[in-house]
Amino acid sequence: MSMRTPLGRVRGLGSAKSGTEAFWLQRMTAIASIPLTLAGLVLVISLTGRSYPAVRQILGSPLIAVLMMLFVIANAMHMKIGVQVVIEDYVYDKNKKLTLVMLNNFFAWAVGLACIFAILKISFGV
Amino acid sequence: MTETQSPVQRPLSPHLQIYRLTLSMVMSGVHRITGLALCAGMVMLTWWLLAAAAGQNAYGTFEGFASSWIGRLILFGFSWALLHHLIGGLRYLVWDLGYGLEPAEREWLVRANIIGSIAAVILLWLILVMFGLR
Repeated sequence: MSMRTPLGRVRGLGSAKSGTEAFWLQRMTAIASIPLTLAGLVLVISLTGRSYPAVRQILGSPLIAVLMMLFVIANAMHMKIGVQVVIEDYVYDKNKKLTLVMLNNFFAWAVGLACIFAILKISFGV
Repeated sequence: MTETQSPVQRPLSPHLQIYRLTLSMVMSGVHRITGLALCAGMVMLTWWLLAAAAGQNAYGTFEGFASSWIGRLILFGFSWALLHHLIGGLRYLVWDLGYGLEPAEREWLVRANIIGSIAAVILLWLILVMFGLR
């Protein structure tokens, strides 16, 4: 039983304005992924059976490299939000949930950054 | 101030197991499972790019794995999961806009999703073989 008014109970819990941020971002990254994935499939087809130097040259060309980085960014974000929703839906224990959500963040950042670093390294030819 | 007690007993929505299992429910789960599988696909993509960045030897190791039967099987699985999740995503975008939510339309969309992803993955691998996949 609480002496507090309904308004008092919700004060300080944060604004409702950013509540749909993940929902919106998930749709935006999904739509971005459609053409980027199709481009990625065309790239994989065109790389089939090619030698290592040829693969490096194609991956390092500016247009391909930029498209690949956009693909990685959109999908790393999409993956992070999607997996977090799954964790929040099925993991009830608070500590386990926090740990998994945090690990999921680390994973998305690590994978995203590693891919981008690799693409840049190939492009700059170092 | 006391918590107000509702004067009428309002109906509660029944739990999931009350409903007859439909294909669209199963496909909701499949969308999540393919999404999770694609996390492993991202690891494979990262390995490929890092190997290409690292040099000939690292790339050879990746190629060795990717062209082994287990590697091929995993890549085939990833490509199906990717296409299925992509087409499933289009289905959810259609639903988000408020279209195709009638019972017959729902069933039609999930069936198109399954048939479309299987047809697309077969087509993709046929093209890969045509382009000289050994």
